[in-house]
Amino acid sequence: METIQKHFFSDMSVMLGRSMRHIFRSMDTIITVTIMPIMFMLLFVYVFGGAIQTGTANYVNYLLPGILLIAIASGISYTAFRLFTDVQRGIIERFRSMPIAPSTMLWGHVLTSLVSNAISVVVIILVALIMGFRSSAGIVSWLAVAGILALFTLALTWVAVIPGLTAKSIDGATAFSYPLIFLPFISSAFVPTRTMPLVVRVFAENQPVTAIVETIRALLSGQPVSQEIWVALAWCVGILIVAYIFAMRAYQKRV
Amino acid sequence: MQNISIQVKDLQKSYKKLNVLKGVNFTVDQGSIFALLGSNGAGKTTIIKILTTLLKQDGGTAIVNGFDVASKPYHVRQSLSLTGQFAAVDEILTGRENLIMIAQLRHLKHPRQVADELLTRFGLTDAANRRVSTYSGGMRRRLDLAMSLVGTPPILFLDEPTTGLDPEARIEMWKVVKELADGGRTIFLTTQYLEEAEQLADRIAILHEGKIIASGTLLELKKLFPPAQVEYVEKQPTLEEIFLAIIGKKEAH
Repeated sequence: METIQKHFFSDMSVMLGRSMRHIFRSMDTIITVTIMPIMFMLLFVYVFGGAIQTGTANYVNYLLPGILLIAIASGISYTAFRLFTDVQRGIIERFRSMPIAPSTMLWGHVLTSLVSNAISVVVIILVALIMGFRSSAGIVSWLAVAGILALFTLALTWVAVIPGLTAKSIDGATAFSYPLIFLPFISSAFVPTRTMPLVVRVFAENQPVTAIVETIRALLSGQPVSQEIWVALAWCVGILIVAYIFAMRAYQKRV
Repeated sequence: MQNISIQVKDLQKSYKKLNVLKGVNFTVDQGSIFALLGSNGAGKTTIIKILTTLLKQDGGTAIVNGFDVASKPYHVRQSLSLTGQFAAVDEILTGRENLIMIAQLRHLKHPRQVADELLTRFGLTDAANRRVSTYSGGMRRRLDLAMSLVGTPPILFLDEPTTGLDPEARIEMWKVVKELADGGRTIFLTTQYLEEAEQLADRIAILHEGKIIASGTLLELKKLFPPAQVEYVEKQPTLEEIFLAIIGKKEAH
């Protein structure tokens, strides 16, 4: 057992290198994951934005957190896709019959998801800067934003692992991400919730995206964060723990 | 006395109500080729999965290279490599990258050197830097086997190694398997082709309805049947022989 632990991190970096190669060799992955959120951002800022009253002067500032969450929600569906392919091709059995820790392979995929989503988040922020996004946040606030986004990515990636391991078809493996991509639209990500009808408004104000978006928005604009940050963290950690348990259970079964 | 590589006693496994293995017994000597013969769904893959620690048995014991599969899975995994029914290769990576990856996961000192040696040995040097998705079925199988040889594990499990291969590639695979066994490795293979077992195996076991119904050398199995009678039969070439003859002619030109 000692040897497994000794090699855990080097094994994981081999796995990480493998799936990062997969990403860089399929340009469509990179394009879909970054271009789609950027298109949304252009659409909302330059088409709808003029008519939306958010109470803030700069709509890009208002919009950016929600766009980042959409990017992550679509990015993680590729984790499900890659995992599904590994299961189908049987390479998962090769790894599992080798003297490496059984969870190495899953962690490799999860780490890849963190790295690739971080890349697309950075690209989108750069585009937002060109479009007039400005932030008065200091280094600590930026680190907090990075931490929340990483936690959000981690939680959703473990959600993605479940269909990746259990799905019967490639469509099934990736379809779960559509509602996740849609969730920011029924939140305060694009417009304030106060004009929504009561039922929608109650949903919007109590679903995780609103709490996360509000927290990131406050951090980026240099305003004090409300207790929303604890709600946001609780959602992320909660989803992470539940998804991790179910994903691991699916992994034990999947042989 | 010869050393024993694999020892299986009263192995049992069921999937829900389906009783797949009902007390399987056999031993495999070190350095021999052992063929497990059975029809589709007889439980051959289930046995391989238990022996390679991918699946837990319901009852009985299995010892691989001196380690119990249930209590010492890590040591068992160090002793073996598995080549599954479908080539378990990474299609997006190149052949060389696939081999280097496995060498790194086996913590070898010179992964690149190991990869190059295996590429040469399996005639994949020219294709080494091409993505595996461009490989033919036979090349994938060769790469798959090469990946299983990284780190020279003493026991090789081959689950239907020639299923889906064309006749040429099949004969090539047989040659490689024989060479490996001559090198002192233990080879456990499953097959549904009688000819394959006949060509390769030192010992053959027939799995039927969850039990080993017959096992032994080919000679021993033949003795189970009435003595051969001499008959005169006109020998027609098989389609396989014709195919190979034509292909051979073409290549000679």
